[in-house]
Amino acid sequence: MSLREHPGLKITTTAPGTFAGSLSGRRPMSGVLCGAVLLAALVASVLITVSIGPANLSPLQVLGSILRHLGLRPESFGAAVGLTAIQDGIVWELRLPRLLTAALVGAGLAVSGAVMQALTRNPLADPYLLGLSSGASLGAVAVLLLGAAVLLPVAAFAGAMAAMALTLGLASALGVITPTRTVLAGLAVSALASALASFIIFFSAQGDSYREVLSWLMGSLAAATWGSVAITGVAFALAGTPVLLSGRILDGFAFGDIAAAALGLNVTAIRWLLLGGTAVLTGAMVSVSGSIGFVGLILPHAVRLLTGARHRALLPLSALAGALFMVWADTLARTLFDPREIPVGIITALLGAPVFIVMLWRWRNAS
Amino acid sequence: MNPITGPAQPLTSSRRSGHAATPASPAAPPGVSLQGLGLDYRAGGKLILDGVDCDVPAGTVTALLGPNGAGKSSLLQLLGAVAVPHTGSVQLNGSNLYALRRKERARQLAFVEQRADTDLPLTVLDVVLLGRLPYRSPLAGSSDEDLGVARRSLTAVGLDSFTQRRYGTLSGGERQRVQLAKALAQEPEVLLLDEPTNHLDVNAQLASMELVRSLAAGGVAVLAALHDINIAAAYCDQVIVLQEGKVVAAGPTPEVLTPDLIRRVYGVDAVVLEHPLTGRPLVALCPLPEASLRTASAQPSSRASARAAASPAS
Repeated sequence: MSLREHPGLKITTTAPGTFAGSLSGRRPMSGVLCGAVLLAALVASVLITVSIGPANLSPLQVLGSILRHLGLRPESFGAAVGLTAIQDGIVWELRLPRLLTAALVGAGLAVSGAVMQALTRNPLADPYLLGLSSGASLGAVAVLLLGAAVLLPVAAFAGAMAAMALTLGLASALGVITPTRTVLAGLAVSALASALASFIIFFSAQGDSYREVLSWLMGSLAAATWGSVAITGVAFALAGTPVLLSGRILDGFAFGDIAAAALGLNVTAIRWLLLGGTAVLTGAMVSVSGSIGFVGLILPHAVRLLTGARHRALLPLSALAGALFMVWADTLARTLFDPREIPVGIITALLGAPVFIVMLWRWRNAS
Repeated sequence: MNPITGPAQPLTSSRRSGHAATPASPAAPPGVSLQGLGLDYRAGGKLILDGVDCDVPAGTVTALLGPNGAGKSSLLQLLGAVAVPHTGSVQLNGSNLYALRRKERARQLAFVEQRADTDLPLTVLDVVLLGRLPYRSPLAGSSDEDLGVARRSLTAVGLDSFTQRRYGTLSGGERQRVQLAKALAQEPEVLLLDEPTNHLDVNAQLASMELVRSLAAGGVAVLAALHDINIAAAYCDQVIVLQEGKVVAAGPTPEVLTPDLIRRVYGVDAVVLEHPLTGRPLVALCPLPEASLRTASAQPSSRASARAAASPAS
């Protein structure tokens, strides 16, 4: 039956259109326009940030180097030519893979955060909530200090997955998996993994390994290579793409599991699949970058302020915004106290925490 | 007083005489009916529903009554297939509801929860468009048709000027109507409502029930859990009464809503009158006299005679 069959129904409202006049001014920005702006800003930012640093490069020289490596003729694109071998090496072997890794890590963390916030209906949820970062850190510390014969990213990835499995296993052992149980289980797993990692560091670290472990725990992209780009890129293509396309399904979770089920969604299967997908994504990101906080928490909220809460636009825009944010955060981490480098997690926390406080303030006023 | 379409005017003749010939008769308009058969449901080791049979015919409004904790919400969740019974089955037009594909089910059956809140900054239109999920692939955006149905649904609940309002800024009653509009956007054949008049002021309560009646007139089967016996008496063709997980009475409203039943189920004294304007049953309630609280059979004679004088139905 259709609504067309009874169009004549008339019902008075208790507050008829009182707010109609103020509505048009608050239409959210178009998602496509927002996406185009963010994408352009991301490309420009990568070219600019690659040129920032001691080697005295210009963005056009950077573009020239990139085009040459891609087998294109820089001159025909108006890009500069004639970099020295050292300059070219700095662009292609050091800074570009590092910035691309930063962009992919930022995109992956922001998308994971947006999805976890939707599935747990918890605005404070992010990849770290479910214990992934602590698990990854534990794996990494074990390799660094105990000398286990496993590649570092693989160990971190395995640690992240183990933490995820433990969290979800614990949550389901408590009964039906509810958002609250998932969050509480994540906190418990996170605390356990952090304690184990600290324990290992305390008993094993000597001399410089303190610094190495610290930069891992606080997040750093200093060691990023084209291998890191490959790991994060493949993870984003395989796990990130299906997650990015799940926007309309996530919308259905806005009013909780019962409402989602009433709209014809298979709530349990969707929750396991999407949380699994974000676990793979986050595990891969943490394995190359260490624990970087606030990206998954803040950026989805910032994008919601711009474009509204519908996930079909929110997920891709969060990915772009996360990439843009991480590109600049890593550049600051690399250059702010040049020649010393600080862990990028310090920058994201310094930028993210005040933003988060402002958001909490806005919520307080709204409610 | 702003007269809305219903209560101030006499009911249509079909409804005034409708006690005897409700649309539930075999010649009912074509539509989809919903039946629960032998439903048992447990939660936390406690038996919530115990062998519940119920029938929600097409084109009728059925009230689900019962005191708090009687199992009304649980029964609605089973009938809406958002929870599964331990034994028993639910038939949607004769076929197993739980075997239906989820999307197909959500196109035929909509369920409105008692409370629905979100932290997300969704607009009213965003929320109503969720009702179109069962009609679209997960990848597709909202089509013009979706937008059209969503706007008509908002018009039907009287909120057409609210499309861009933030859901979180609405009053409880407005949220309830947005949720109803979301359910209408599913274009359902069966509508399950958990306390649809909660949070609403009197005007909006009657308006919502008028809307529900008009949906039933179009062939929709409606089951509404209600607390207000008089809303049920005024608007529902049938009543199902639950008490401690069991159906204690079911059938046409005037036959079921007797003083004796209300007294047994709710533990209050009741007189059933005829509404002077609508002709529908009108239930006047008061606490049981102290004597009958001590001995349930005792009835002060003054009340009995007052009841006999007041009630034209008896």
